[in-house]
Parts: sequence; structure tokens; C-alpha cells
Amino acid sequence: MNAGHPVELEPLYGDYPLDQAFDEMRQPGGEVRPQYRALAETLASLPAGELQRRKQSVDLAFLTQGITFTVYGREEGTERIFPYDLLPRLITAQEWDRIERGLTQRITALNLFLRDVYSDAKILADRIIPRELVYSCRHYRRQMRGLQVPRNVYIAVVGSDLLRLNSGEFVVLEDNLRVPSGVSYMLTNRRVMKRTFPQLFARYGVRPIEHYPQLLLATLRSLAPEGRPEPNIVLLTPGVFNSAYFEHTYLARQMGIDLVEGRDLVTHDNIVYMRTTDGLKRVDVIYRRVDDDFSDPLVFRSDSALGCAGLFNAYRAGNVTVSNAFGTGLADDKAVYAYVPRMIRYYLNEDPILPNVETFLLSENKERKYVLANLDKLVVKAVGESGGYGMLIGPRSTTLQREEFARQIEANPRNYIAQPTLDFSRAPCLVDDRLEPRHVDLRPYILFGDKVNIVPGGLTRVALEKGSLVVNSSQGGGSKDTWILE
Amino acid sequence: MLSRVADSLYWMSRYLERAENTVRLLDVTMSLMLDAGGSNLEMRWQRMVAALGKPAEMDWNGSIEEMAQKLVYDHLSPASVIYCLNGARENARQVREEISTEMWQRLNRLYHQMHLPRAQSQFSANIGDQLSTVIDGIYLFKGTTDTSMIHGQGWQFIRLGRYLERAYATATLLEVYQSELFPPQERESSGYLHLELVGLLRSCTAFEAYCQVYTADLSPERMLEFLVLNRDFPHAIHYCAEGMRQAVDGIQQTGGRRPPEELKAAIGKLCAMLGYTSINEILAGDTAGFLHNIRGQCLHIHELIYRFYVHYSIQSALTV
Repeated sequence: MNAGHPVELEPLYGDYPLDQAFDEMRQPGGEVRPQYRALAETLASLPAGELQRRKQSVDLAFLTQGITFTVYGREEGTERIFPYDLLPRLITAQEWDRIERGLTQRITALNLFLRDVYSDAKILADRIIPRELVYSCRHYRRQMRGLQVPRNVYIAVVGSDLLRLNSGEFVVLEDNLRVPSGVSYMLTNRRVMKRTFPQLFARYGVRPIEHYPQLLLATLRSLAPEGRPEPNIVLLTPGVFNSAYFEHTYLARQMGIDLVEGRDLVTHDNIVYMRTTDGLKRVDVIYRRVDDDFSDPLVFRSDSALGCAGLFNAYRAGNVTVSNAFGTGLADDKAVYAYVPRMIRYYLNEDPILPNVETFLLSENKERKYVLANLDKLVVKAVGESGGYGMLIGPRSTTLQREEFARQIEANPRNYIAQPTLDFSRAPCLVDDRLEPRHVDLRPYILFGDKVNIVPGGLTRVALEKGSLVVNSSQGGGSKDTWILE
Repeated sequence: MLSRVADSLYWMSRYLERAENTVRLLDVTMSLMLDAGGSNLEMRWQRMVAALGKPAEMDWNGSIEEMAQKLVYDHLSPASVIYCLNGARENARQVREEISTEMWQRLNRLYHQMHLPRAQSQFSANIGDQLSTVIDGIYLFKGTTDTSMIHGQGWQFIRLGRYLERAYATATLLEVYQSELFPPQERESSGYLHLELVGLLRSCTAFEAYCQVYTADLSPERMLEFLVLNRDFPHAIHYCAEGMRQAVDGIQQTGGRRPPEELKAAIGKLCAMLGYTSINEILAGDTAGFLHNIRGQCLHIHELIYRFYVHYSIQSALTV
């Protein structure tokens, strides 16, 4: 297709502004980027209404397959299909190469940081990171001090959120080191897309991601306790009321392992067993999708019924591996985040490949003063929250909301950070048979066992509401399949 | 297999069997009401409710449409069809990784069909269609189960739940009906008694099967013999008891490091009783008591299943 004549595409565009924000599909002048041309041609060749028809058939498939998530805080209709967009998001081989190297470097450093903090804490002694920042973190677990974890791997499963800025460069917005979710949507999206656009998919040469469950299983197996050659690996879920329950069942089925709840587990003599119809069976590796707080009522929150009493002692005794380790939330604290580039330099003696977003620490007097004076321009986040909760988006906030946040910041500055309101990239989405740009991020999934493994892809999350900057599924976000090109 | 998973599969299966039984009884009762010409509506409704185990809040209010709607759609009543379907799906959802995707989709589709707003609002206009939707959905689910799921422990627990529920339901139904099968005097030779008898057989999908064995000559003795003692008909109590025995044997074969002695004894006792009692002995004695005793044994078997597979003490299992 001639880049100068995107004319036949014009009827496809709805309200499609091109401004300083990076558009994934179109260059500032309006022409389609080279990698998107085949997609654009396909779209232009489809008869009117065809996209809508395909979308409806996918909707129905999602519903009957029960690919749904649960929304908290709503009385009825708590089960909803995960909103998605039919058009793939394309990432070139060069772009992916940089992401892959950058994430490998970052996760390696974060893991070294966790190991260090929970053993000798050299990085604190060397004053690279302030002591009080680490020890005041809500997710720091003193019980982990001096505890040897298998292969020194604290974070076996990670999902990091990337944004693309106006320059086209990817930056890391946050790391999810506790129980990152969404990988089942990445895999489901791919299956749906192969069925919806088979020819287009074949034409592009997209790198496969379908082996993720096998990689995850191999990662978990590599972390099994010594002397357990045929480890019994299980996935621990909070249960059917958890918003990610679909994902837990999906992964357990794909890996062929048992999906257990806390009430299925018992410990005896520091060994974890699960209750089966044949009696008790020993458990060797637990892929944990329950937060630290709820994992063991004897060590963490005593009012939790989701975990297993005695689990932590069995873990400390080395009789069971729990992944991710406890206390990893320390390293995805949004204030600790600001120090990740310094960690990379400290542990690896390298320059960070993927930059951070500029971050103001509100515990620093100077930075707090600046932030409080500029609340209407900044995004303020609570450090321990995720899922888009506990957030103030300055430019879209009311005076009342800003005053409320200012009060909270003054009361507990350590609990907040601020970042500039980012103009991150937009990708075309299908809105009533036309294309309109929506903000997107990218969450690749990183596995860390013998070595760091990243399946080429990830979940592209979309802020489906027009103009919205929030991509979290709990706040009306959707997703797209992400195609990493050969 | 995890105890909790076995428990969920067992209940998923029981709930579906219960929904199927309720729908069929409702269908038969409603068609009998047509012929009764308006009389005895209440008696028939109460009899059906008794055969369903006398659930609360199902007292006759004079309108069959309203009562049927309640029995199908009152999601607060544990006796309703929708309650059973919700329960089955909820149990299936909790063991999503154990059942096949085909099974899940089948059940999910039925669930969504029942939850369509128009399904409820237009119920009274399409009662027959709606009831067939449920029965068809459940049949398809059972077929999918048998063809797409590995015939291991999970499958055996599904069978165990199905046969236990069915044996109990058939025994309850016969216990309620048995007194009416033998009217004290020759009440009538008109077609009404015939309709009642056919209705009873149809409540167990047994009419055609009965005719194949005994011809269309409907005699209460033979009907009881067929529904209680027949070995080959899937809704007969004896068949169900043998089904339970096979399921427990199957469970033991695929895992079975602990032999479930007490459970096997209880099921074996029921099978022996049904295998070595003749219909004349049953009719000569306390027929209602005999059927009641079967229900009691079913409840006992249920308890043993729980005690052995689900709620066992840790001490008893540590040696494994």
C-alpha cells in the first residue's frame, strides 16, 4: 500500500484525533505505520458490519466459556465478561528486543534486592536506599529475615506494566511482584484472534505465546525442595469469589495441576498435605495466588480463613516452596520503585535499559512541597495499592478531591508518591464499526526459575472509555491481543 | 483427587439430577391436571410437593401458572429448578479445572438460557418449551460428561451423586404414590386411573420401558416391581443401587489405598435387599415402610461417603 494514499481507510476512522500522544497505528501526519499496513488493508477490505458480526460471535464465545471476572462492590451482575478489543496491538522485533533485555535486567536486579534486604541488607548499609523507606513499607515481612529461599528466587512470576511515551520509548510504570494476574486473558485473546483473523495472523508471522503454562510449570518445578524429584505442584487460590478465579482454574487446567484452597491444606510436622479422597498427599510446591496477609493465620493476619495454618513454618523448614516468596511486595512498593534504576546500577553495574517514570517521594520535604503546590498537574498514588485504587489524577480531579488528598498526604507522606500526568500511547480500537484511539499500556509476563523467561507478548490493557487513562479491568479497562512480530 | 473437588462433583451431579426430577414431575402433574377437568388440582399439587420432599412455601394458591413459575424460578427456594441449576453451576465453577471445557460450556449455556430475562417473564406462555429446555440441557450435559471426561475418580463421583439422588427420589415418589395405586374399592374403571398410572411411569421416564417388559397392561404390582426391583432400567432403585456400588468400586480401583469397608457394606446391603426380595413380599408387608427404609439407607450411604472421602480425621489418614 502506498503510504501517501490512506484514502480508502478514511471511512473507517471515527473520532480519531492525532496529537502529541504517540499513536500505535498512525504517524503524526496520518499515514499508517509500516507494520500496521497489512492490518489496515484487511480492515478496509471487510464489508460494512463484518467487524461487528465477528465481535458478537466472540462475545458469545466468551460468555459460554465463562471467561469472566468478578467486580467488587456491585450487587447484581457481579460476573462480567472481560472487555476486549478486536484489533491486535503490534510490536516490532526491535522494540520487543529492547523490552525483553530491559525487563530481564530489571527483574534480576529486583530479585537481588529482595535477597539482599532479607539477608545482609548491604544496599541499606551503603545508603543507596534509605533504611526507613524499606522498614516502613507495609509489605516488608520481618519473618523473611535470614530465610533461605530455593535457588534464591523470590519472584518467580512477575508482570511489569510498561507505557509508551510520546517519543515512542517504553518506560516502566510499575512492577507487580506479588500476585500479578491477567495472563489467562493474554492466552485467551490469542486463541480468539487466531479464530477471528486467521489469514491476517498467518500473514504477519506472530511469535507464539501458547507455551506459557508449560514454562510456568517448568519454573515451579525448578524451585521444588531438594530430594523431591517428582514434586506435587499445586495452585493456591482464595476461592471462587476472587476476581481472578477464572484465571486460577485456567492455569491449573493448562498445567495439569490441582487447584487447592486453604481449606484443602493441612500441615503436620512442618509438612504440607492436601486432603484427597485417597487420604493426605504431600505438597511440594505452591504457586500462591493468595496475598501474604491471608496465607497463614499463625504468622500473618489471624482472621484469615483463606490460607493454611502452619504453612509459613513448613516453608521456613524448607519442606515446601511457595512462589512468589512472602514479602516480595516490598520491591513493588511505589516509593521503592523510584530506586529501581539505582538498584540496577548497584547490583549489576549497568545502566537501566528501560527507564522509570519520574517519581516524587512525598516523604522528602522539598518534593512534597512541590507536589502539594501542583496537585492539579500530577497523578498521586498510594504506595501499597494496585488495580487503580487509591489514586488521584490531578487534571481530572475536583478541588474537593485535591483537598482530601492533600490532607491525607500531610497525615502520612510515606504512603504516597506523585508522578507527572503521562501522555502515553493510544492504539486504534473498534468503536461501533469505526476506529478510535484509546490509551493502552503493556504488561509482559516474566518467569524466573533457572533463568529469566519472557514469552513474547503480554496483555495490552486498554482504557476503553474515551479519553480515560485508567486501564485496570476493575475500573472499566479492557484488553487487546499483542502481536510480537518476527 | 482433592476431597473438596470430589464433594463439588458429587453435588453438581445431585443438583442436576434433582432439577431433572423436579421438572419431570411438574410436567407430568400439569398434564394430569388438564384431564382432571378442574377438580382435584390441589390434591395433585400437594401430592407432587410431597414427592419432592415437602419443601416449604410451596402451598397451593389456586393458580397452576403461578405455582409452576415459583417451582421453576423462585431462586430463594431450595426446591426450585433454578436453585438446583445455580447450585450445579456453582459447584462446577469451583472445579472448573477438573471437568472438561465442553461440559462447562454446556452447563453454562443452560444456566444463561434460564437466566434470560424473557425466559422468566414469558414463562407461563411457554411452560412446555421451558421445561424441555431444562431436560434437554441436562441430557446433553450428561452425554458430554460421558464422552469428554476421563472416566476416573471424578467421573465416578458424578455417577455416585446421580444414582444416590435418583434412588432417593424414586423411593420418595413411590412412597407417596403407593397408597393410591391400590384404591380400597374398585373406585372406577374409567380412564382416570389409567392416566394416573401412566403419569407415575412417566415421572420416571419409565412408560415405554415398562411396556417393553410387561406390555401396556398396567398393573400396580408390576409397576412397583419394575420401578423398585428391575436391574436393567436406569431409574429403578435396584439399578441405582448397583450403580452406586460400581462407582465406589471404580473410585477404589483408581486410587484406593484405603478400602472403604463400611461404605461398601452399606451399599452391598441395599443391593442385597433389592436383589433378594420379591414384589409379593414387599406388598404383603409394610410397603410404605419398605420404601421409607430405602430412603433411610440412602441417607446413611451419603453420610458414609462424607465420612470416608471428605470429612475424615487427619489421624486416620496420616499413614498413607
